[in-house]
Amino acid sequence: MSSFKIFDIAGSALSAQSLRLNTVASNLANADAISGTADGAYKARLPMFKAAMEAGGNGTPGVQVLGVVESQAPADKRYEPGHPLADADGYVFAPNVNVVEEMVNMISASRSYQSSVEVMNTAKELASRTLSLGR
Amino acid sequence: MANLDPIFGIHADAMNVQRRRMEVLSANIANADTPGFQARDVDFAAALSSAAKGATSGTTAGAAMRTLSTDPRHIPLTLNNIGGLNDGSQLAYRMASQPSVDGNTVDVQVEQAKFADAALHYQASLQFADGRIRGLMTAITGQ
Repeated sequence: MSSFKIFDIAGSALSAQSLRLNTVASNLANADAISGTADGAYKARLPMFKAAMEAGGNGTPGVQVLGVVESQAPADKRYEPGHPLADADGYVFAPNVNVVEEMVNMISASRSYQSSVEVMNTAKELASRTLSLGR
Repeated sequence: MANLDPIFGIHADAMNVQRRRMEVLSANIANADTPGFQARDVDFAAALSSAAKGATSGTTAGAAMRTLSTDPRHIPLTLNNIGGLNDGSQLAYRMASQPSVDGNTVDVQVEQAKFADAALHYQASLQFADGRIRGLMTAITGQ
């Protein structure tokens, strides 16, 4: 019965959005992790989404997470000579995490998650009504 | 199910099309954050007409929509010649009202509204089918 395709599609969206929420949590948690070198600083993680044809098939794609990439933005260089991790010139390196951006990402992910849950609820209700047809 | 089609009339086809439409719309909502994704929708009129055509060409199914012709010159009334329904591509791309930089054309509010619309139409057809069954049950049991 192909009416369960909706659950595949919405389910793929739920897992993709929850992975996005995970990366946001990880980025926010590490937003203040100072490092002594530019390479050692935490880099913001970003999920990459792609429409996945196999979830629904026949022109109704679900969401596929291609992978999690690290942001290529340079680490935030701060002059703090008193910091124990400061290098010879007195600089420390903060992660390239933009906290405001992450909060926006979090709201967007949670709204998209909610939309897909609503879609699933509606589909579930219609399916159960169809099953009880004529009773 | 084919022999039940005349009982349910057009509603069996309509439910199929609305279910398909809900699939497409749920894919749009699922891909609201996918870069480059183009929102799509089912052309309901074209889809329903091709669904009904498939049914009539096969068996006697879909007969509920056929009119009684008492003269060979009568033009049969089918879904294809009511109001000029054209049979084109069933999945069309939606024009974005507010295009975004990443090429995504999904407007979640629009998709949610259309999804609610499709769900309501599905429910309406379901109600008609249910009423049909109840009528038949009354006829069978004679109460």
